[in-house]
Amino acid sequence: MADSDFVVQTEKLCKTFRVGFWGKKVTAVDLLSLEVRRGEVFGFLGPNGAGKTTTLKMLMGLIYPTSGTASIFGHQIGSPDAKGKLGFLPESPYFYDYLTGGEFLRFYGHLFNLWGAALEKRVDELLDTVGMTHAKDLQLRKFSKGMLQRVGIAQALINDPELVVLDEPMSGLDPIGRKEVRDLILRLRESGKTVMFSSHILHDAELLCDRVAMIMKGKLVACGHVSELIAGGTTNEVEMVIDRLLPEALEQISSLASKVVLQGERVMVVLTSQQDVDLALDVIRSAKAKLVALTPHKASLEDLFIREAKGAPPAVEARVA
Amino acid sequence: MKVLSIALNTFRENLRDKLLYNLLIFALLMIGSSILISKLTLGDFDRLMIDIGLASINFFGVLIAIFIGIGLVSKEIDKKTIYTIVSKPVARYQFLLGKYLGLTMTLFVNTTVMVIGLVLVLSARNIPVDMLLFKAVALIFVEFMVITAVAMLFSTFTSTTLSAIFTLAVFVIGHLTPDLKTFGEKMDEVGRMMMDGLYYVLPNLERFNLKGQVIHHLEIANADLALIILYGLTYTAFVLFTAGVIFQRRDFR
Repeated sequence: MADSDFVVQTEKLCKTFRVGFWGKKVTAVDLLSLEVRRGEVFGFLGPNGAGKTTTLKMLMGLIYPTSGTASIFGHQIGSPDAKGKLGFLPESPYFYDYLTGGEFLRFYGHLFNLWGAALEKRVDELLDTVGMTHAKDLQLRKFSKGMLQRVGIAQALINDPELVVLDEPMSGLDPIGRKEVRDLILRLRESGKTVMFSSHILHDAELLCDRVAMIMKGKLVACGHVSELIAGGTTNEVEMVIDRLLPEALEQISSLASKVVLQGERVMVVLTSQQDVDLALDVIRSAKAKLVALTPHKASLEDLFIREAKGAPPAVEARVA
Repeated sequence: MKVLSIALNTFRENLRDKLLYNLLIFALLMIGSSILISKLTLGDFDRLMIDIGLASINFFGVLIAIFIGIGLVSKEIDKKTIYTIVSKPVARYQFLLGKYLGLTMTLFVNTTVMVIGLVLVLSARNIPVDMLLFKAVALIFVEFMVITAVAMLFSTFTSTTLSAIFTLAVFVIGHLTPDLKTFGEKMDEVGRMMMDGLYYVLPNLERFNLKGQVIHHLEIANADLALIILYGLTYTAFVLFTAGVIFQRRDFR
Protein backbone atom coordinates (compact mmCIF):
# COMPACT_ATOMS: atom_id res chain seq x y z
CA MET A 1 0.00 0.00 0.00
CA ALA A 2 1.41 3.37 -1.01
CA ASP A 3 2.25 5.93 1.64
CA SER A 4 -0.38 8.31 0.27
CA ASP A 5 -3.08 5.81 1.25
CA PHE A 6 -2.29 6.42 4.88
CA VAL A 7 -4.07 9.37 6.37
CA VAL A 8 -2.66 9.03 9.87
CA GLN A 9 0.58 7.27 10.72
CA THR A 10 2.13 7.05 14.14
CA GLU A 11 5.52 5.52 14.86
CA LYS A 12 6.42 4.51 18.42
CA LEU A 13 4.50 7.42 19.85
CA CYS A 14 5.02 7.93 23.60
CA LYS A 15 3.69 10.39 26.12
CA THR A 16 4.87 10.59 29.68
CA PHE A 17 3.28 13.00 32.12
CA ARG A 18 4.73 14.21 35.36
CA VAL A 19 2.11 14.31 38.07
CA GLY A 20 1.95 15.43 41.65
CA PHE A 21 4.33 17.50 43.70
CA TRP A 22 7.35 15.24 43.13
CA GLY A 23 6.76 15.02 39.40
CA LYS A 24 6.22 11.28 39.37
CA LYS A 25 6.34 9.90 35.82
CA VAL A 26 3.21 8.32 34.41
CA THR A 27 3.15 6.76 30.96
CA ALA A 28 -0.13 7.55 29.21
CA VAL A 29 0.79 6.32 25.73
CA ASP A 30 3.48 3.74 25.21
CA LEU A 31 5.17 3.02 21.84
CA LEU A 32 2.00 3.35 19.84
CA SER A 33 2.33 2.60 16.13
CA LEU A 34 -0.73 2.54 13.93
CA GLU A 35 -2.06 3.62 10.57
CA VAL A 36 -5.41 4.95 9.44
CA ARG A 37 -6.17 4.40 5.77
CA ARG A 38 -7.91 6.75 3.41
CA GLY A 39 -11.70 6.48 3.27
CA GLU A 40 -12.18 4.15 6.23
CA VAL A 41 -14.00 4.49 9.51
CA PHE A 42 -11.38 3.75 12.12
CA GLY A 43 -12.36 2.96 15.69
CA PHE A 44 -9.94 3.72 18.46
CA LEU A 45 -11.07 1.62 21.38
CA GLY A 46 -10.11 1.11 24.94
CA PRO A 47 -11.41 1.40 28.49
CA ASN A 48 -11.51 4.75 30.28
CA GLY A 49 -8.03 6.05 30.96
CA ALA A 50 -6.37 3.84 28.34
CA GLY A 51 -4.74 6.80 26.59
CA LYS A 52 -7.22 7.35 23.76
CA THR A 53 -7.76 11.04 24.38
CA THR A 54 -4.05 11.62 25.00
CA THR A 55 -3.25 10.05 21.63
CA LEU A 56 -5.89 12.10 19.83
CA LYS A 57 -4.67 15.28 21.52
CA MET A 58 -1.14 14.54 20.33
CA LEU A 59 -2.45 14.12 16.78
CA MET A 60 -4.26 17.47 17.08
CA GLY A 61 -1.17 19.30 18.32
CA LEU A 62 -2.69 20.00 21.73
CA ILE A 63 0.01 18.14 23.59
CA TYR A 64 3.50 17.23 22.50
CA PRO A 65 4.74 13.61 22.27
CA THR A 66 7.59 12.69 24.61
CA SER A 67 9.09 10.57 21.85
CA GLY A 68 8.15 8.98 18.56
CA THR A 69 6.70 10.57 15.46
CA ALA A 70 3.32 10.94 13.82
CA SER A 71 2.04 12.43 10.63
CA ILE A 72 -1.30 13.38 9.11
CA PHE A 73 -1.44 13.30 5.30
CA GLY A 74 2.35 13.12 5.42
CA HIS A 75 2.61 16.41 7.33
CA GLN A 76 4.06 16.51 10.79
CA ILE A 77 1.37 16.60 13.49
CA GLY A 78 0.62 20.07 14.82
CA SER A 79 1.77 21.77 11.61
CA PRO A 80 -0.68 24.16 9.88
CA ASP A 81 -0.73 21.87 6.82
CA ALA A 82 -1.84 18.93 8.93
CA LYS A 83 -4.42 20.95 10.86
CA GLY A 84 -5.84 22.46 7.67
CA LYS A 85 -7.04 19.07 6.43
CA LEU A 86 -8.72 17.81 9.56
CA GLY A 87 -11.71 18.47 11.73
CA PHE A 88 -11.76 17.66 15.43
CA LEU A 89 -14.53 17.21 17.97
CA PRO A 90 -13.18 17.01 21.54
CA GLU A 91 -14.66 14.78 24.23
CA SER A 92 -17.74 16.25 25.97
CA PRO A 93 -17.10 19.58 24.33
CA TYR A 94 -17.76 22.95 25.89
CA PHE A 95 -18.21 25.84 23.54
CA TYR A 96 -18.59 29.58 23.76
CA ASP A 97 -22.09 29.53 25.19
CA TYR A 98 -22.72 33.23 24.63
CA LEU A 99 -22.71 32.69 20.86
CA THR A 100 -25.66 31.63 18.74
CA GLY A 101 -25.43 28.56 16.53
CA GLY A 102 -24.78 30.74 13.48
CA GLU A 103 -22.19 32.99 15.15
CA PHE A 104 -20.44 29.94 16.53
CA LEU A 105 -19.91 28.37 13.11
CA ARG A 106 -19.01 31.71 11.52
CA PHE A 107 -16.27 32.19 14.12
CA TYR A 108 -14.69 28.84 13.25
CA GLY A 109 -15.08 29.68 9.55
CA HIS A 110 -13.02 32.84 10.08
CA LEU A 111 -10.20 30.72 11.47
CA PHE A 112 -10.02 29.08 8.03
CA ASN A 113 -10.19 32.48 6.33
CA LEU A 114 -13.76 31.90 5.20
CA TRP A 115 -15.73 35.12 4.99
CA GLY A 116 -18.85 36.63 3.42
CA ALA A 117 -21.35 34.83 1.25
CA ALA A 118 -19.25 31.67 0.90
CA LEU A 119 -19.10 31.31 4.67
CA GLU A 120 -22.81 32.03 5.09
CA LYS A 121 -23.61 29.30 2.55
CA ARG A 122 -21.31 26.83 4.31
CA VAL A 123 -22.87 27.61 7.71
CA ASP A 124 -26.38 27.00 6.38
CA GLU A 125 -25.29 23.75 4.70
CA LEU A 126 -23.69 22.47 7.89
CA LEU A 127 -26.62 23.38 10.11
CA ASP A 128 -28.79 21.48 7.66
CA THR A 129 -26.42 18.47 7.61
CA VAL A 130 -26.57 18.11 11.39
CA GLY A 131 -30.28 18.99 11.52
CA MET A 132 -29.85 22.21 13.49
CA THR A 133 -31.22 24.85 11.13
CA HIS A 134 -33.72 25.91 13.80
CA ALA A 135 -30.90 26.75 16.22
CA LYS A 136 -29.10 29.27 14.05
CA ASP A 137 -30.19 32.22 16.20
CA LEU A 138 -30.32 30.41 19.52
CA GLN A 139 -27.55 30.90 22.08
CA LEU A 140 -25.51 27.78 22.80
CA ARG A 141 -26.24 28.07 26.53
CA LYS A 142 -29.81 27.02 25.71
CA PHE A 143 -28.72 23.91 23.78
CA SER A 144 -29.24 20.37 25.06
CA LYS A 145 -26.30 17.99 25.20
CA GLY A 146 -27.31 16.29 21.97
CA MET A 147 -27.62 19.66 20.22
CA LEU A 148 -24.16 20.69 21.45
CA GLN A 149 -22.72 17.46 20.12
CA ARG A 150 -24.31 18.07 16.74
CA VAL A 151 -23.17 21.68 16.47
CA GLY A 152 -19.75 20.45 17.64
CA ILE A 153 -19.62 18.04 14.72
CA ALA A 154 -20.66 20.90 12.44
CA GLN A 155 -17.68 22.99 13.60
CA ALA A 156 -15.40 20.04 12.91
CA LEU A 157 -16.67 19.99 9.32
CA ILE A 158 -16.48 23.73 8.64
CA ASN A 159 -13.37 23.40 6.45
CA ASP A 160 -14.72 20.37 4.59
CA PRO A 161 -11.89 18.27 6.06
CA GLU A 162 -10.62 15.04 4.55
CA LEU A 163 -10.09 13.54 7.98
CA VAL A 164 -12.64 13.88 10.78
CA VAL A 165 -11.47 12.98 14.28
CA LEU A 166 -14.13 12.54 16.94
CA ASP A 167 -13.29 11.91 20.58
CA GLU A 168 -16.05 9.86 22.26
CA PRO A 169 -18.74 11.25 19.95
CA MET A 170 -21.45 9.02 21.40
CA SER A 171 -20.80 9.40 25.11
CA GLY A 172 -23.54 11.01 27.13
CA LEU A 173 -26.09 10.83 24.33
CA ASP A 174 -29.44 9.09 24.48
CA PRO A 175 -30.16 6.21 22.05
CA ILE A 176 -31.69 8.58 19.48
CA GLY A 177 -28.71 10.91 19.69
CA ARG A 178 -26.33 7.99 19.29
CA LYS A 179 -28.13 6.74 16.24
CA GLU A 180 -27.98 10.22 14.71
CA VAL A 181 -24.23 10.42 15.28
CA ARG A 182 -23.81 6.93 13.82
CA ASP A 183 -25.79 7.91 10.73
CA LEU A 184 -23.70 11.04 10.39
CA ILE A 185 -20.46 9.06 10.52
CA LEU A 186 -21.72 6.71 7.83
CA ARG A 187 -22.75 9.68 5.68
CA LEU A 188 -19.27 11.13 6.08
CA ARG A 189 -17.75 7.87 4.90
CA GLU A 190 -20.10 7.80 1.91
CA SER A 191 -18.90 11.25 0.94
CA GLY A 192 -15.35 9.92 0.85
CA LYS A 193 -14.02 11.21 4.15
CA THR A 194 -11.85 9.33 6.58
CA VAL A 195 -13.31 9.14 10.07
CA MET A 196 -11.34 8.26 13.18
CA PHE A 197 -13.23 8.08 16.44
CA SER A 198 -12.49 6.91 19.92
CA SER A 199 -15.00 5.04 22.00
CA HIS A 200 -15.36 2.69 24.90
CA ILE A 201 -18.79 1.65 23.64
CA LEU A 202 -17.93 -1.41 21.61
CA HIS A 203 -21.30 -1.97 20.07
CA ASP A 204 -21.06 1.33 18.19
CA ALA A 205 -17.62 0.45 16.92
CA GLU A 206 -18.83 -2.96 15.70
CA LEU A 207 -21.65 -1.32 13.76
CA LEU A 208 -19.56 1.42 12.19
CA CYS A 209 -15.89 0.60 11.84
CA ASP A 210 -13.95 -0.88 8.97
CA ARG A 211 -10.95 -1.30 11.20
CA VAL A 212 -10.32 -0.82 14.88
CA ALA A 213 -7.34 -0.43 17.16
CA MET A 214 -7.60 -1.44 20.76
CA ILE A 215 -5.44 0.26 23.33
CA MET A 216 -5.01 -0.63 26.99
CA LYS A 217 -2.89 1.18 29.53
CA GLY A 218 -1.24 3.10 26.74
CA LYS A 219 -0.25 0.08 24.67
CA LEU A 220 -1.73 -1.13 21.41
CA VAL A 221 -3.14 -4.62 22.03
CA ALA A 222 -5.00 -5.31 18.79
CA CYS A 223 -5.45 -3.66 15.43
CA GLY A 224 -7.22 -4.84 12.31
CA HIS A 225 -10.54 -5.46 10.57
CA VAL A 226 -13.40 -5.98 12.99
CA SER A 227 -14.27 -9.36 11.42
CA GLU A 228 -10.66 -10.61 11.67
CA LEU A 229 -10.31 -9.56 15.27
CA ILE A 230 -13.56 -11.22 16.19
CA ALA A 231 -12.69 -14.38 14.25
CA GLY A 232 -9.48 -14.64 16.23
CA GLY A 233 -11.51 -14.74 19.37
CA THR A 234 -14.31 -17.16 18.45
CA THR A 235 -14.81 -20.29 20.49
CA ASN A 236 -17.37 -21.84 18.06
CA GLU A 237 -19.81 -22.14 20.93
CA VAL A 238 -23.26 -23.36 19.93
CA GLU A 239 -26.34 -23.18 22.12
CA MET A 240 -29.06 -25.82 21.67
CA VAL A 241 -32.54 -25.86 23.11
CA ILE A 242 -34.20 -29.26 23.11
CA ASP A 243 -37.69 -30.48 24.11
CA ARG A 244 -38.85 -33.94 25.19
CA LEU A 245 -35.39 -35.34 25.83
CA LEU A 246 -35.39 -38.75 27.55
CA PRO A 247 -33.12 -39.20 30.59
CA GLU A 248 -30.66 -41.55 28.83
CA ALA A 249 -30.35 -39.18 25.88
CA LEU A 250 -29.90 -36.27 28.25
CA GLU A 251 -27.09 -38.11 29.94
CA GLN A 252 -25.35 -38.69 26.62
CA ILE A 253 -25.64 -35.05 25.59
CA SER A 254 -24.63 -33.79 29.02
CA SER A 255 -21.34 -35.61 28.68
CA LEU A 256 -20.62 -33.55 25.55
CA ALA A 257 -21.85 -30.19 26.80
CA SER A 258 -19.96 -27.51 28.64
CA LYS A 259 -23.14 -26.23 30.23
CA VAL A 260 -26.59 -27.78 30.84
CA VAL A 261 -29.67 -25.95 32.05
CA LEU A 262 -32.91 -27.82 32.76
CA GLN A 263 -36.24 -26.00 32.60
CA GLY A 264 -39.07 -28.50 33.06
CA GLU A 265 -39.38 -30.43 29.78
CA ARG A 266 -36.90 -28.15 28.08
CA VAL A 267 -33.11 -28.45 28.13
CA MET A 268 -30.56 -25.85 27.13
CA VAL A 269 -27.03 -27.08 26.43
CA VAL A 270 -23.91 -25.28 25.27
CA LEU A 271 -21.49 -27.21 23.05
CA THR A 272 -18.02 -26.10 22.15
CA SER A 273 -17.08 -27.95 18.97
CA GLN A 274 -18.65 -28.85 15.65
CA GLN A 275 -18.00 -32.55 16.33
CA ASP A 276 -19.94 -32.41 19.58
CA VAL A 277 -22.79 -30.64 17.79
CA ASP A 278 -22.97 -33.42 15.20
CA LEU A 279 -22.96 -36.12 17.90
CA ALA A 280 -25.65 -34.29 19.87
CA LEU A 281 -27.82 -34.01 16.76
CA ASP A 282 -27.51 -37.75 16.19
CA VAL A 283 -28.64 -38.40 19.76
CA ILE A 284 -31.60 -36.05 19.39
CA ARG A 285 -32.73 -37.74 16.16
CA SER A 286 -32.42 -41.28 17.48
CA ALA A 287 -34.23 -40.32 20.74
CA LYS A 288 -36.97 -38.58 18.72
CA ALA A 289 -36.58 -35.42 20.77
CA LYS A 290 -37.47 -32.03 19.35
CA LEU A 291 -34.79 -29.49 18.55
CA VAL A 292 -36.26 -26.06 19.32
CA ALA A 293 -33.30 -23.80 18.61
CA LEU A 294 -29.67 -23.93 17.56
CA THR A 295 -27.76 -20.69 17.97
CA PRO A 296 -24.09 -20.23 17.20
CA HIS A 297 -22.49 -17.84 19.73
CA LYS A 298 -20.83 -15.03 17.80
CA ALA A 299 -17.82 -13.53 19.48
CA SER A 300 -18.12 -9.80 19.81
CA LEU A 301 -15.57 -7.06 20.25
CA GLU A 302 -16.63 -7.10 23.84
CA ASP A 303 -15.28 -10.64 24.29
CA LEU A 304 -12.03 -9.57 22.73
CA PHE A 305 -11.96 -6.50 24.93
CA ILE A 306 -12.44 -8.50 28.10
CA ARG A 307 -9.95 -11.15 27.02
CA GLU A 308 -7.32 -8.48 26.31
CA ALA A 309 -8.07 -6.68 29.54
CA LYS A 310 -7.40 -9.85 31.51
CA GLY A 311 -4.08 -10.40 29.77
CA ALA A 312 -3.07 -6.73 29.68
CA PRO A 313 0.42 -5.75 30.80
CA PRO A 314 0.91 -4.56 34.41
CA ALA A 315 -0.88 -1.36 35.25
CA VAL A 316 0.74 2.05 35.00
CA GLU A 317 0.67 3.79 38.32
CA ALA A 318 -2.14 6.25 37.80
CA ARG A 319 -4.85 7.07 35.40
CA VAL A 320 -4.17 9.98 33.09
CA ALA A 321 -7.04 11.33 31.05
CA MET B 1 -7.28 38.04 10.23
CA LYS B 2 -7.37 35.02 12.56
CA VAL B 3 -6.04 37.18 15.38
CA LEU B 4 -8.77 39.71 14.66
CA SER B 5 -11.59 37.18 14.71
CA ILE B 6 -10.36 35.74 18.01
CA ALA B 7 -10.11 39.31 19.34
CA LEU B 8 -13.64 40.14 18.19
CA ASN B 9 -14.94 36.94 19.73
CA THR B 10 -13.30 37.82 23.05
CA PHE B 11 -14.71 41.32 22.84
CA ARG B 12 -18.15 39.89 22.20
CA GLU B 13 -17.79 37.58 25.20
CA ASN B 14 -16.86 40.50 27.45
CA LEU B 15 -19.69 42.58 26.09
CA ARG B 16 -22.27 39.86 26.66
CA ASP B 17 -20.97 38.90 30.06
CA LYS B 18 -19.68 41.62 32.33
CA LEU B 19 -18.98 44.99 30.84
CA LEU B 20 -22.35 46.65 31.12
CA TYR B 21 -22.70 46.07 34.85
CA ASN B 22 -19.37 47.70 35.45
CA LEU B 23 -20.34 50.76 33.46
CA LEU B 24 -23.57 51.07 35.37
CA ILE B 25 -21.78 50.96 38.72
CA PHE B 26 -19.27 53.51 37.54
CA ALA B 27 -21.92 55.90 36.28
CA LEU B 28 -23.84 55.66 39.55
CA LEU B 29 -20.68 56.21 41.56
CA MET B 30 -19.72 59.26 39.51
CA ILE B 31 -23.10 60.90 39.71
CA GLY B 32 -23.54 59.96 43.36
CA SER B 33 -20.17 61.27 44.42
CA SER B 34 -20.53 64.54 42.52
CA ILE B 35 -23.79 65.35 44.27
CA LEU B 36 -22.45 64.29 47.64
CA ILE B 37 -19.21 66.20 47.30
CA SER B 38 -20.89 69.39 46.16
CA LYS B 39 -22.83 69.33 49.43
CA LEU B 40 -19.83 68.50 51.63
CA THR B 41 -17.02 70.60 50.21
CA LEU B 42 -16.44 74.30 50.54
CA GLY B 43 -13.54 74.87 48.18
CA ASP B 44 -11.47 72.79 45.74
CA PHE B 45 -14.56 71.13 44.37
CA ASP B 46 -13.05 71.00 40.88
CA ARG B 47 -9.91 69.21 42.02
CA LEU B 48 -11.81 66.58 44.00
CA MET B 49 -14.18 65.97 41.12
CA ILE B 50 -11.33 65.38 38.65
CA ASP B 51 -9.36 63.33 41.16
CA ILE B 52 -12.28 61.04 41.96
CA GLY B 53 -13.19 60.77 38.28
CA LEU B 54 -9.71 59.74 37.13
CA ALA B 55 -9.23 57.45 40.11
CA SER B 56 -12.54 55.72 39.32
CA ILE B 57 -11.57 55.24 35.68
CA ASN B 58 -8.24 53.84 36.78
CA PHE B 59 -9.70 51.59 39.47
CA PHE B 60 -12.49 50.09 37.37
CA GLY B 61 -10.18 49.57 34.39
CA VAL B 62 -7.58 47.79 36.50
CA LEU B 63 -10.30 45.60 38.01
CA ILE B 64 -11.43 44.57 34.53
CA ALA B 65 -7.86 44.10 33.30
CA ILE B 66 -6.99 41.83 36.22
CA PHE B 67 -10.15 39.83 36.64
CA ILE B 68 -10.91 39.26 32.98
CA GLY B 69 -7.22 39.09 32.09
CA ILE B 70 -6.45 36.20 34.43
CA GLY B 71 -9.28 34.16 32.90
CA LEU B 72 -8.46 34.94 29.28
CA VAL B 73 -6.36 31.84 28.75
CA SER B 74 -6.91 29.68 31.83
CA LYS B 75 -10.69 29.73 31.36
CA GLU B 76 -10.29 28.55 27.77
CA ILE B 77 -8.14 25.68 29.00
CA ASP B 78 -10.43 24.79 31.92
CA LYS B 79 -13.54 24.86 29.75
CA LYS B 80 -11.68 23.01 26.99
CA THR B 81 -12.83 25.58 24.43
CA ILE B 82 -9.18 25.93 23.42
CA TYR B 83 -9.17 22.39 21.99
CA THR B 84 -11.29 23.38 19.04
CA ILE B 85 -9.19 26.51 18.36
CA VAL B 86 -5.67 25.10 18.62
CA SER B 87 -6.65 22.06 16.52
CA LYS B 88 -7.50 24.48 13.69
CA PRO B 89 -4.67 26.03 11.69
CA VAL B 90 -4.18 28.78 14.27
CA ALA B 91 -0.73 29.28 15.78
CA ARG B 92 -0.70 29.48 19.55
CA TYR B 93 0.77 32.98 19.54
CA GLN B 94 -2.11 34.07 17.29
CA PHE B 95 -4.57 32.78 19.84
CA LEU B 96 -2.77 34.58 22.66
CA LEU B 97 -2.54 37.83 20.71
CA GLY B 98 -6.20 37.62 19.75
CA LYS B 99 -7.29 37.15 23.35
CA TYR B 100 -5.10 40.07 24.41
CA LEU B 101 -6.41 42.39 21.72
CA GLY B 102 -9.98 41.42 22.54
CA LEU B 103 -9.65 42.51 26.14
CA THR B 104 -7.77 45.65 25.08
CA MET B 105 -10.73 46.49 22.84
CA THR B 106 -13.10 45.96 25.76
CA LEU B 107 -10.97 48.20 27.97
CA PHE B 108 -10.83 50.84 25.26
CA VAL B 109 -14.60 50.97 24.88
CA ASN B 110 -14.99 50.90 28.65
CA THR B 111 -12.51 53.73 29.18
CA THR B 112 -14.06 55.81 26.41
CA VAL B 113 -17.53 55.52 27.92
CA MET B 114 -16.21 56.38 31.38
CA VAL B 115 -14.32 59.42 30.06
CA ILE B 116 -17.44 60.64 28.29
CA GLY B 117 -19.29 60.23 31.60
CA LEU B 118 -16.63 62.19 33.46
CA VAL B 119 -16.57 64.99 30.89
CA LEU B 120 -20.37 65.23 30.98
CA VAL B 121 -20.44 65.53 34.78
CA LEU B 122 -17.58 68.03 34.75
CA SER B 123 -19.21 70.23 32.15
CA ALA B 124 -22.55 70.02 33.96
CA ARG B 125 -20.74 71.52 36.96
CA ASN B 126 -19.02 74.11 34.75
CA ILE B 127 -15.56 72.73 35.49
CA PRO B 128 -13.13 73.44 32.62
CA VAL B 129 -11.76 70.34 30.87
CA ASP B 130 -8.28 70.70 29.37
CA MET B 131 -6.08 68.48 27.15
CA LEU B 132 -4.06 67.33 30.14
CA LEU B 133 -7.02 65.27 31.36
CA PHE B 134 -7.02 63.27 28.13
CA LYS B 135 -3.25 62.77 28.31
CA ALA B 136 -3.73 61.38 31.83
CA VAL B 137 -6.43 59.02 30.54
CA ALA B 138 -4.13 57.89 27.71
CA LEU B 139 -1.48 56.91 30.24
CA ILE B 140 -4.06 55.18 32.41
CA PHE B 141 -4.96 53.15 29.33
CA VAL B 142 -1.32 52.23 28.76
CA GLU B 143 -1.25 51.03 32.38
CA PHE B 144 -4.27 48.81 31.60
CA MET B 145 -2.35 47.33 28.66
CA VAL B 146 0.60 46.50 30.90
CA ILE B 147 -1.60 44.99 33.63
CA THR B 148 -3.58 42.93 31.11
CA ALA B 149 -0.37 41.53 29.65
CA VAL B 150 0.91 40.65 33.14
CA ALA B 151 -2.41 38.98 34.06
CA MET B 152 -2.31 36.99 30.84
CA LEU B 153 1.31 35.96 31.40
CA PHE B 154 0.40 34.45 34.77
CA SER B 155 -2.71 32.79 33.38
CA THR B 156 -0.65 30.89 30.77
CA PHE B 157 1.00 28.78 33.45
CA THR B 158 -0.90 28.95 36.71
CA SER B 159 -4.41 28.75 38.13
CA THR B 160 -6.91 31.60 38.11
CA THR B 161 -6.64 32.27 41.84
CA LEU B 162 -2.85 32.37 41.85
CA SER B 163 -2.84 34.57 38.74
CA ALA B 164 -5.14 37.02 40.51
CA ILE B 165 -2.88 37.15 43.57
CA PHE B 166 0.30 37.55 41.51
CA THR B 167 -1.17 40.22 39.27
CA LEU B 168 -2.54 42.18 42.20
CA ALA B 169 0.90 41.95 43.81
CA VAL B 170 2.56 43.25 40.64
CA PHE B 171 0.01 46.06 40.51
CA VAL B 172 0.60 47.15 44.11
CA ILE B 173 4.40 46.78 44.04
CA GLY B 174 4.46 48.34 40.57
CA HIS B 175 3.17 51.55 42.13
CA LEU B 176 5.88 51.43 44.80
CA THR B 177 8.98 50.56 42.75
CA PRO B 178 10.88 53.81 43.56
CA ASP B 179 10.54 52.79 47.21
CA LEU B 180 12.13 49.43 46.40
CA LYS B 181 15.24 51.24 45.22
CA THR B 182 15.35 53.49 48.27
CA PHE B 183 14.80 50.48 50.50
CA GLY B 184 17.63 48.59 48.77
CA GLU B 185 20.06 51.44 49.40
CA LYS B 186 19.62 50.90 53.12
CA MET B 187 20.42 47.16 52.84
CA ASP B 188 23.66 45.21 52.35
CA GLU B 189 25.13 44.27 48.98
CA VAL B 190 22.91 41.22 48.31
CA GLY B 191 19.77 42.99 49.47
CA ARG B 192 20.51 45.96 47.27
CA MET B 193 21.06 43.78 44.21
CA MET B 194 17.77 41.98 44.85
CA MET B 195 15.85 45.21 45.27
CA ASP B 196 17.50 46.67 42.18
CA GLY B 197 16.58 43.53 40.25
CA LEU B 198 12.94 43.85 41.29
CA TYR B 199 13.01 47.55 40.46
CA TYR B 200 14.05 46.86 36.88
CA VAL B 201 11.94 43.73 36.29
CA LEU B 202 8.63 44.99 37.68
CA PRO B 203 6.74 47.65 35.77
CA ASN B 204 7.09 51.16 37.13
CA LEU B 205 3.35 51.87 37.15
CA GLU B 206 3.66 55.19 38.97
CA ARG B 207 5.06 56.58 35.69
CA PHE B 208 1.58 56.27 34.21
CA ASN B 209 0.01 58.35 36.96
CA LEU B 210 -0.61 61.96 35.87
CA LYS B 211 -3.45 62.69 38.27
CA GLY B 212 -1.32 65.11 40.31
CA GLN B 213 -0.34 67.05 37.20
CA VAL B 214 -3.95 67.31 36.03
CA ILE B 215 -5.18 68.61 39.37
CA HIS B 216 -2.40 71.15 39.70
CA HIS B 217 -2.41 72.05 36.00
CA LEU B 218 1.23 71.06 35.58
CA GLU B 219 1.73 70.53 31.84
CA ILE B 220 3.78 67.49 30.74
CA ALA B 221 6.16 67.75 27.77
CA ASN B 222 5.11 65.75 24.70
CA ALA B 223 8.54 64.12 24.55
CA ASP B 224 8.12 62.86 28.12
CA LEU B 225 4.64 61.62 27.33
CA ALA B 226 5.90 59.76 24.24
CA LEU B 227 8.72 58.21 26.26
CA ILE B 228 6.35 56.94 28.95
CA ILE B 229 4.01 55.47 26.33
CA LEU B 230 6.98 53.83 24.60
CA TYR B 231 8.08 52.38 27.94
CA GLY B 232 4.60 50.94 28.50
CA LEU B 233 4.33 49.44 25.03
CA THR B 234 7.82 47.93 25.17
CA TYR B 235 7.12 46.42 28.56
CA THR B 236 3.82 45.00 27.26
CA ALA B 237 5.51 43.52 24.18
CA PHE B 238 8.16 41.89 26.35
CA VAL B 239 5.58 40.36 28.71
CA LEU B 240 3.47 39.12 25.78
CA PHE B 241 6.52 37.56 24.17
CA THR B 242 7.34 35.72 27.39
CA ALA B 243 3.72 34.56 27.67
CA GLY B 244 3.94 33.32 24.06
CA VAL B 245 7.09 31.31 24.74
CA ILE B 246 5.52 29.64 27.79
CA PHE B 247 2.22 29.02 26.01
CA GLN B 248 3.93 27.47 22.99
CA ARG B 249 5.49 24.74 25.16
CA ARG B 250 2.38 23.96 27.15
CA ASP B 251 0.43 20.69 27.01
CA PHE B 252 -3.35 21.12 27.16
CA ARG B 253 -4.61 18.26 29.23
